[in-house]
Amino acid sequence: MSDLTELTIREAAKLLRLHSFSAAELVTAHINLIERIDSRVKAFLRFTPELWEKQAEAADARISSGDMGPLVGIPMAVKDVLCVRGVETTAGSQILRGFRPPYTGTAASRLFDAGAVMLGVTNCDEFAMGSSTENSGYHPTHNPWSLDRVPGGSSGGSAAAVASGEAMIALGTDTGGSIRQPAALCGVVGMKPTYGRVSRYGLIAFASSLDQIGPFTRSVEDAAIVLDAMAGHDPLDATSSNRPNDVLRDLEAGVKGMKLGVPREYYDVEGMEPVVKAAIDKAIKNFRDAGAEIIDVTLPHTDYGLAAYYIIAPAECSSNLARFDGVRYGMSEVDAQNVTEAYMRTRRRGFGTEVRRRVMLGTYALSSGYYDAYYLKAQKVRTLIKRDFDLAFEKCDAIISATSPTVAFPIGSKTQDPLSMYLCDVLTLGGNLAGLPGISVPCGMSEDLLPIGLQIMAPQWREDVALRVGRAYEVASGVKAEVAPFV
Amino acid sequence: MSSAGWEVVIGMEVHVQPRTRSKMFCGCAVGQLGDPPNSNVCEICLGMPGTLPVINKAAVEACLKTALALNCEIPRHTKFDRKNYMYPDLPKGYQISQYDLPMSVSGYLELDGRRVRVRRVHLEEDTGKLIHAGDKLHKASESFVDLNRAGVPLMEIVTEPDLRSADEARDYAVALRTLLRTIGASEAEMEKGQLRAEPNISLRRPGTEELGVKTELKNINSFRALHRAISFEVTRQTEVLESGGTVVQETRGWSEAEQRTFSQRSKEFAEDYRYFPEPDLPPLEIEASWIEELRRALPELPGARRGRLVSQYGLPAADAVLIAADRDLADLFEAAVAAGAEPKPVANWIIGDVAPTGKIPTPEHLAELVKLVTAGSITRDQAREVLLESVETGRSPAHIVAEHGYAQVSDESTLQDEVEAVMQANPRAVEDYRAGKKQALGALMAELRKRAPQANPKVASELLLRLLD
Amino acid sequence: MPLSRDEVRHVAMLARLGLEPGDEEFYAEQLSGILEHIDRLQQLNTDDIPPTAQVVEVANTLREDVPRPGLSQAEALANAPVAVDGFFRVPSIQEEA
Repeated sequence: MSDLTELTIREAAKLLRLHSFSAAELVTAHINLIERIDSRVKAFLRFTPELWEKQAEAADARISSGDMGPLVGIPMAVKDVLCVRGVETTAGSQILRGFRPPYTGTAASRLFDAGAVMLGVTNCDEFAMGSSTENSGYHPTHNPWSLDRVPGGSSGGSAAAVASGEAMIALGTDTGGSIRQPAALCGVVGMKPTYGRVSRYGLIAFASSLDQIGPFTRSVEDAAIVLDAMAGHDPLDATSSNRPNDVLRDLEAGVKGMKLGVPREYYDVEGMEPVVKAAIDKAIKNFRDAGAEIIDVTLPHTDYGLAAYYIIAPAECSSNLARFDGVRYGMSEVDAQNVTEAYMRTRRRGFGTEVRRRVMLGTYALSSGYYDAYYLKAQKVRTLIKRDFDLAFEKCDAIISATSPTVAFPIGSKTQDPLSMYLCDVLTLGGNLAGLPGISVPCGMSEDLLPIGLQIMAPQWREDVALRVGRAYEVASGVKAEVAPFV
Repeated sequence: MSSAGWEVVIGMEVHVQPRTRSKMFCGCAVGQLGDPPNSNVCEICLGMPGTLPVINKAAVEACLKTALALNCEIPRHTKFDRKNYMYPDLPKGYQISQYDLPMSVSGYLELDGRRVRVRRVHLEEDTGKLIHAGDKLHKASESFVDLNRAGVPLMEIVTEPDLRSADEARDYAVALRTLLRTIGASEAEMEKGQLRAEPNISLRRPGTEELGVKTELKNINSFRALHRAISFEVTRQTEVLESGGTVVQETRGWSEAEQRTFSQRSKEFAEDYRYFPEPDLPPLEIEASWIEELRRALPELPGARRGRLVSQYGLPAADAVLIAADRDLADLFEAAVAAGAEPKPVANWIIGDVAPTGKIPTPEHLAELVKLVTAGSITRDQAREVLLESVETGRSPAHIVAEHGYAQVSDESTLQDEVEAVMQANPRAVEDYRAGKKQALGALMAELRKRAPQANPKVASELLLRLLD
Repeated sequence: MPLSRDEVRHVAMLARLGLEPGDEEFYAEQLSGILEHIDRLQQLNTDDIPPTAQVVEVANTLREDVPRPGLSQAEALANAPVAVDGFFRVPSIQEEA
């Protein structure tokens, strides 16, 4: 049954309960599709048959015994930065080739406990640094809607897996937009929770104060279900919140009477393609027709967000990546004469260009004499950006904009100029700097069937608002995520 | 300490391991010296990717108690920072420590009536251990890493450069150790690596305010070594300065084997630690109520106890210093006196016999013993044996004395026979004494003690003297 | 503010990143370009603005001092490139005597 790979969680759960098929059959259908198309999409780095066999069996046992959990038997792909015990996890990098963590991260663990079945590990930009997955230390991933184009990044593999039907859900991570932007470029739903909502234990750190784990799915409701299962306090993560989980609240309540803010700086952002702008205008109309009030808001420090981000993230990553020295795990230059040489050679050869660029930049920004002018300054600007959002949210319930200024671009077209690549995130990174929840939902396509994403941001801890508005958009527009067609 | 016209200026940096069961940022047990390598570790203290630190509450409490005992100010807001550098014993490539908002500042330790100012007390994590192939680090072709100690909590206690001699520095370290043990913040055994002292030493002309160039000494493993290392370094710096040279600011290691300090600086590169706030650990807000709770729970501090032993019990200051240095002994002293014994004799017994042998009697038994000696019922030698046996068997001194028939004989007529027998058995000594060699008396008394241990020595010696003259 | 070759070498050493032929110019040029964009932050007056080190609301997250089981020695060393007799091995550390 080929449409087993085009279901949402709700649909699959219903059919599993009705015994239309088993969890094992559901997994098999996905593996068959992967075998057929992944040599072209290249969403996956490696597969986990030992896990999916065991987990599908356990899922079927649970279903037989009447377990109604929505995630039981749901096939899932996991981004290569999330540690799963015994599974080779490399952060998309050669420097971690062969590393098998002796533990499983909390978010993945909770999903396994909820019955999800792991298909394999998805490709990503090396150490989550990038907006196209071209920085992967292994190979690029191809956008299922147009194989010569990028799927976005850094979670390009996860986005592509869900967009192509290879997985029903996938986990990604978002530091500057790395879930939302690939979701937009691949035509699926991708959500970044409030910073602190989902435990980071098990997430190979890129920028500790910005990173969050989130779901890729083909419907807003599915995203809410996955988030609900993952979220919540974790004693192993001191930055995880004690707040109760209420992400499913009022999901179907619609936007009537709600105020939706359109920030003019996002609306008019430099480099916005006309087709994207047109899609956003259409979405705005959909919201108006559904009873929402559209308000102009301003985020005056938008032009400084990229600069602040490109100090904070590299600074934190330069520290987080210092542990990759070839002593306890990963690649190692065993022929070096001394330790310093060993470190230098291992890291020069093991890290790709973008990673080295950011480690250098971050090290510089933290170094003696520069800390005040760069890192400290950036953290102050971060405060200004957060205040922009706080003020805007006094006027509106949620903020809407395009997720990415462009649709998917051709592979290789932005790799020569780092800044042009960094600009892909200009509409998403504000949400990371301010720690806010944000979701990207598909809102149309260009003429050549390249997906466009609508971003909805909500105040801190109000994932429920972002999800509700996203769901209302699905209803009002009739636009939903579709699986990319393959022959 | 003067050194050819130079004033010695010393600041102390002491790293202390607080008493905790688990590590600073993960749940690994703290473990023992001698555990197999890499057997007290987890993914967190191994610095594996994806792991995160969580602060150990007991370490924070130990640090706050230490801060209170050192009269420090405790700011309401404190945080951790990353100190970034790469080294094989530092798994994450950074150490989580405290930089500009430490847990406490501006305190002091009272030492011989002076205040040694404490600049700060903060928490951090320890590194692992390196073992070098062969013996000397600089010749080793390879090294081996054991991360058992990585992540163990450490308190760093830093003084202002208020110390002026090796004696003072050592006394400070000893007093600090006593304080930490008294409040239960740390076992502070240098031999177990729970207390590491790193003195900073510089010289300057007396009367100048500006500090000279300092060196920092490491690898000091005992209080004696601390004294020797400082003395050596003072001499070395004096020689450098006297010959017109300048002291190089550097870290120097103490070699116990060679009894000298040697340079440890890496010749190529000046590290830059690039401190920034630890993003994985939200800051700590120290509530005043928590501080008050800890302050109320502090036991009497050694300084206060010393004073009280003098004022309340009339002990000489020297005795009070020795007894107050150990909380258990001080408790024993006060309880034995409460059980009816006289303070000074109890103090003598504790200092002379209990502390050196480490055999700790119950307060009631010690009181009983002291009373028996004071009453003249047993000799001091007998009492020592009784003490040992009492500690070993737990039986009371009175019982043991009765069993052994130790009751001291003071009756002259009984003793006369014994004394005469000793004089007969040692004619040489008797002649020597009568010839004017008074020290021969000692030999005769020794013989008498052997022959008749229960003889009251005072009575016996008076008798002997009379018979000799 | 363009980066000099000396600065590049210094930063590379701090980061323990080896420099291969061409790297110095590459980093000097690329980083200078990015730093030029970053310089716009200096236009903002942030004298009275506190830095945001963290966006979380939690504070005082402390762990009870209860040991939990860790890894066995074998598990700890399982990923090691070179392990000897229970230790991780590194080449010569080479400090001055």
